[in-house]
Amino acid sequence: MDELIAKLKTQIIEQLNLEGVSPDDISPDDQLFGEGLGLDSIDALELIVLLEKNYGIKIENPAEGKKIFATIRSMAEYITSKGKA
Amino acid sequence: MRHKHCVSTKMKINITNYCSIHNNQIKLNGETLLVKEKQVPFNEFIKSTYDLNASPYMKFFKMDDLCKLAFLASEFLLKNKNLAEQYGSSTISLLFANTSSSLDTDINYYNTVKDFPSPSLFVYTLPNIMLGEISIRNKFKGENAFFVFEQFQADFLCNYATQLIAEKKAKAVIIGWVELLNDNQEAFLSLAEESENGTELIAENLERLYISNH
Amino acid sequence: MKTVFAAEGNIITSLGYTAEENFSAMEQGNSGIQKFSNPKFLSFPFHASLVDDRKLSEKFSTLSTNQNYTRLEQLFILSIADVIEKSGVDLSNEKTLLIISTTKGNINLLEEQNYGIFPEKRLLLFEMAKEVACYFGMKNSPLVVSNACISGVLAIITAQRLIRSGQYENVIVSGGDLVSEFTLSGFNSFKALSDEPCKPYDAARKGITLGEGCGTLLLTSNENLLHNNEKKIKVAGGSVSNDANHISGPSRTGEELALAVNNAINEAQCANAIDFISAHGTATTFNDEMEAKAFSVAGLQNVSLNSMKGFFGHTLGAAGIIESVIALETMKKNTMISSLGFENSGVSMPLNIIRQTEKKEINTSLKTASGFGGCNAALVFSV
Repeated sequence: MDELIAKLKTQIIEQLNLEGVSPDDISPDDQLFGEGLGLDSIDALELIVLLEKNYGIKIENPAEGKKIFATIRSMAEYITSKGKA
Repeated sequence: MRHKHCVSTKMKINITNYCSIHNNQIKLNGETLLVKEKQVPFNEFIKSTYDLNASPYMKFFKMDDLCKLAFLASEFLLKNKNLAEQYGSSTISLLFANTSSSLDTDINYYNTVKDFPSPSLFVYTLPNIMLGEISIRNKFKGENAFFVFEQFQADFLCNYATQLIAEKKAKAVIIGWVELLNDNQEAFLSLAEESENGTELIAENLERLYISNH
Repeated sequence: MKTVFAAEGNIITSLGYTAEENFSAMEQGNSGIQKFSNPKFLSFPFHASLVDDRKLSEKFSTLSTNQNYTRLEQLFILSIADVIEKSGVDLSNEKTLLIISTTKGNINLLEEQNYGIFPEKRLLLFEMAKEVACYFGMKNSPLVVSNACISGVLAIITAQRLIRSGQYENVIVSGGDLVSEFTLSGFNSFKALSDEPCKPYDAARKGITLGEGCGTLLLTSNENLLHNNEKKIKVAGGSVSNDANHISGPSRTGEELALAVNNAINEAQCANAIDFISAHGTATTFNDEMEAKAFSVAGLQNVSLNSMKGFFGHTLGAAGIIESVIALETMKKNTMISSLGFENSGVSMPLNIIRQTEKKEINTSLKTASGFGGCNAALVFSV
């Protein structure tokens, strides 16, 4: 799980062009949206692309994404639950 | 296009500020703020320009190159100004134009289509997103328009801006020409408002400022 | 200030090649939206309103045998030719201007199956506009408006301003966009495409349906170009605003669209209240919700309203013009078209959505549009 979390951090920073943010700046339990990392709806769509591109997981309903993309840990758990880690 | 009949107004509308970015050089009111050698790539130049601007803005790094160009020019143009507060959000207007619309990003987006179409590129495949980015940053809620011309059209832009102010649809108009395709990048933004200072907003003056900063 | 009139209009969509054909199909409740399977466009079947290729070639061949026009240019030329023929507007007049409204122009030239058929420069919007203007031998260079989904409404507002101030006497405003791999894949990446025909304002709406087409409207200060036996309709007011909120998500309050609506109504100075609203109604969750709030803020929640997207989908840069021409037909024929796809309200504020096509005297109407970049536009037509 820790390995997956570390990988996700790097992938998210790259996919979302989070300039000046390093993996150490993000804790696995930080909220990605709103107060935390301050991501927005377009970032959420890019996270959907990230899951499909890197893990072969398709999310058709963006509403589903809310729970999955709450934190890096919730993303990692979702990927693991799909057996794609 | 011919625009012989200028919209007349009794008020004095002046260009009070202008900012240009061209050939790795950024100038504000004709004075150079930063210049980099020709061989410095655009991305690097734009990053140095961003660093020159004291106020950080995380969203900047998510923008496409066209928006980065427009956004930075607007940051310097509007430095030490708070137009939304001075005049009211709904009275600040953005009037922009260019030659290539968003074609540069269109091509970048299209390159992702066969693989994983990128939503964050797709949203920038519209030239007026520049207006959106500047509006969000500065809380500008007034008139917006984006036109596509073969080349800079001082007379049209001048007439349009003058009409907006004369008909009380705007108190200030930011006239923008922001073009980017392949290796050509240029931004020329000017602020027109009723003022005693600056240069009168007439086509000849706008054209002259554009050319001298080109 | 000159008074600006709305004269002849044309619409080309899957429903027909004239304003009349489109309006009568809509009156009968016919939708041009169908399910298509075209792997060149999208890897799975999608709903859209498409102009039939064969019919288009057939129609275009009656005008010209020149093969050097792209699909979209053919649509523009056919649509504009209809307006010129029916209105008799003088193209050689140096006070006649063409405004082209489009979001993506010839973007399909980027696609593999079209690559190399036309010069690359035709991807540039002004080059496309020049081809169209050249076909008609127009004196003035055309003006191109490209401002996301408000392009069409903004183009009409721009024309109204250029005529009001006396810079031009006649402006032909023409808007067109295609359904392409580019737009379908983009809206799909936004998870915004509905897997059934779109249902604006409905509780079960699932997103947009794309459409293609072209709309043309002649604006003029010359009353001689109006038909004697029809209502004289003025392009009375127009306004544009920006949400200053998010580049793809609409305003949370609708206040900015309401601002444009109020400004347009104030400029129109019409004695009568608004009788009818042709709204944007894309059938995305957030757009329709924002509009419902905006019409409440503007105090227009009781005015009869429709979205025409259920008939020919979202035609992007053509939408504002196509839907304005239908709004003008609504006024001339005193017939309000039902908002196709609507059953149960799915927005948080009340709206008076037209459930059944009905006869009613319509003398003042409002056309609105909103788009990416946070832009909103409103236009008032009145007798």
